[in-house]
Parts: sequence; structure tokens; C-alpha cells
Amino acid sequence: MYVIVGGGGKVGYYLTKALRAAGQEVTIIEKTRRRFVLLQEEFGESALLGDACEVRTLDQAGAVRADLVAAVTGDDEDNLVICQMAKRKFNVRRVIARINNPKNEETFQLLGIDETVSSTKLIYSLIEQEVEVADVIPLTALRRGNLEVVELVLPSGAAAVNKRVRDLALPRGCTLGFLVRSEAAEVINGDTVLRAGDSIVAITPSTNVQAFREALLGPRVPAS
Amino acid sequence: MHVVILGCGRVGAMLASMLEDEGHSVCIIDRDPEAFRRLTWGFQGKTILGIGIDEDILKKAGIERAGGFAATTNGDNTNIMSAQIAKVKYKVPRVIARIYDPLRADAYRELGIDTISPTLIGAGLCLDFLAARPWRSIEEYRAPRETSLLSPGPEGSR
Repeated sequence: MYVIVGGGGKVGYYLTKALRAAGQEVTIIEKTRRRFVLLQEEFGESALLGDACEVRTLDQAGAVRADLVAAVTGDDEDNLVICQMAKRKFNVRRVIARINNPKNEETFQLLGIDETVSSTKLIYSLIEQEVEVADVIPLTALRRGNLEVVELVLPSGAAAVNKRVRDLALPRGCTLGFLVRSEAAEVINGDTVLRAGDSIVAITPSTNVQAFREALLGPRVPAS
Repeated sequence: MHVVILGCGRVGAMLASMLEDEGHSVCIIDRDPEAFRRLTWGFQGKTILGIGIDEDILKKAGIERAGGFAATTNGDNTNIMSAQIAKVKYKVPRVIARIYDPLRADAYRELGIDTISPTLIGAGLCLDFLAARPWRSIEEYRAPRETSLLSPGPEGSR
């Protein structure tokens, strides 16, 4: 796989290092000479001096044959332009943009860049999990469909304890998959009766995580 | 109409007063409070301190009811991004972005974002003056010069 990394800051540097270690061909583009010299010292020919937002630089980097372009500069607008140029001018199949302002995720999607990574959002979501939905643990997010696979351990006193699944008012789109009860796993169906201590794995739309939590645990109580 | 201008540099400030002279309402955004000093004394419009690619700021400037949006910061990419937000998200009827890099200006014009590249136009005007030729049209000045700007061949290309 041939990857072009736009931006030679810390993210770009470590990304390039990791990709090279994994045996991938990489070109890293950096526009400040000082930083470039440093990158060249380590990556040799794989470092390119230039502005990754410019068609000329991307052309020099061989964008036409790139499988992936990752735009990881510190500026959202630069990353947008790098990705749009790569996609529209060089038909690069996959582009990934780093973003700082989490609100830009939506904007980027609107402007044709579907894959974004926001460290602000990642850290925030970790904190949010801690303060808000401590008992619902996201296992994996199915990005494009906006579905999440979550795990929830049913505490005693939760609304759903000793209830049949078919009697629960689950929010739209939520499906209970399976549960683990004293080391044994079982698939959940409408007749399953939930018990305290059950570890439940479910699929829920990202927007309904909170409603899902309330359906199983009951209305939020103030954090102790 | 209401016009939102992003970037209160020489061009932005001048544009603001020209628009006001023609009777339009103007809101101008810049991230540097000092920049607003470029506005003429009579300026009636609103000034907003903030980052123009932040939609909260654009909304505060009245982007939702704007008939026009001009991005004139000295950052090409800031102009490109804000112009796209104005056009695609807020459906502002007339959107223009000033872009120094002629190739980028060209690329985004192909994508439907109207752009002005002062680099090509300025250089073209100087050239015509030096050669004692009559001025040409904007279209002629901004005609793409891709062949001379792209890498010459396989040597330069990876």
C-alpha cells in the first residue's frame, strides 16, 4: 500500500514511523524546512518538502498512485484542502482527515470527506463515558451506519431486572444480542428474563445510547 | 442584501465600505481585534471577533440570512473552507473566495466555488503594463497555467 501523509508534525511523524515499521511505502510532506530536515534525517527519500495543499506537491509525491492520503496537520482547513485535492484532483480512493474542532466532523462529511479523526472528540468521549454513561461501555462503533455495539452490566435495582425482554420498552433500533450470566453466555430472545449481574451486549443507534440506558436501568439518578 | 465578509485585511475592509456605499448591510469577521482599525470611520456594520471556519461565528454574523459571502483572509484554506460552508451548508446565493495559489483557485472553481486569484490577475496586469499592451479581461488573466506550474515529468514525480 502507498500512503501519503500530509503534515510532518508529531502525528505525521509517528504515523509515518508506524506505517514504515509495518512495511508500507510512505511519503510524508512537510512545508517548513526546519521540520523537513529532521524528517529527512530519519525517513530519507520518503520525506518531501512542500505544501501538501498544493496540487504541485501532491503531484510530486505521486498522489495518482496513492492508495490513501492522511491529512494530519494541526489546522482543520488545511486538512480539508489536502483531502479534497487528493480526492478530486488525483482520485485517491481513501482520504482521512485529522480534525481539531469536533463540530467539523459534520462539515467535512457535507463537503465530501467522510473519514475524520478528532482527538478532542475521542478524549471528550472518554470523559463523557466516565461522567455520563458510566455503565454503558461502547465496544465498537459501526461508523457508517451510526450503530454502536455496547456492553452493560445490569446492577440490582435496575429497571429491567427480573423482566422479560419482550416487556421492555426499548428505544427504536436497539437490539439485545446476548448476555453473560455466571460464565455462561446465552443469546437473548423475547422470553429471556434479565437478572441482576447480567452482562448484556446490545446494538443501538449512536443517538439512542442514552435512551437505551434508561430503558434498562431506569431514569438517571444523581451520580454518587 | 446582507453580506458577510471574512477577513478584515485591506481587501476585506475596502470591500466592506464599498458594499455599504451601495446600500448593503455588512458584517465583517476577523480573528485579530486590531484588524478592524482598517475600517473607515463611517462604517455602520457589525464587527465580530472570531475564527471564520467556526459555524457559530458565521451564524452570529448572519450567514443564514446573507445574500453574499466573501472570504478574504490571507489564508487560502480558511477562505476555501468557509466559502464551502457558506455555499453548501447555508446556501448563500453569491459566494466568493480570494485564493492566492492559482492552481488551488482553479481547482476549486472546477468544484463550483467562485474564486479570485490576485496572484494571476496582479501579475498579469503588471505584465501587460510592462509590455505596453492594453488590459485584458478577468477571464484571460485567470486562464489556467497548469502546464508550467506542474512538475515537468517523471523525474520530478514519484
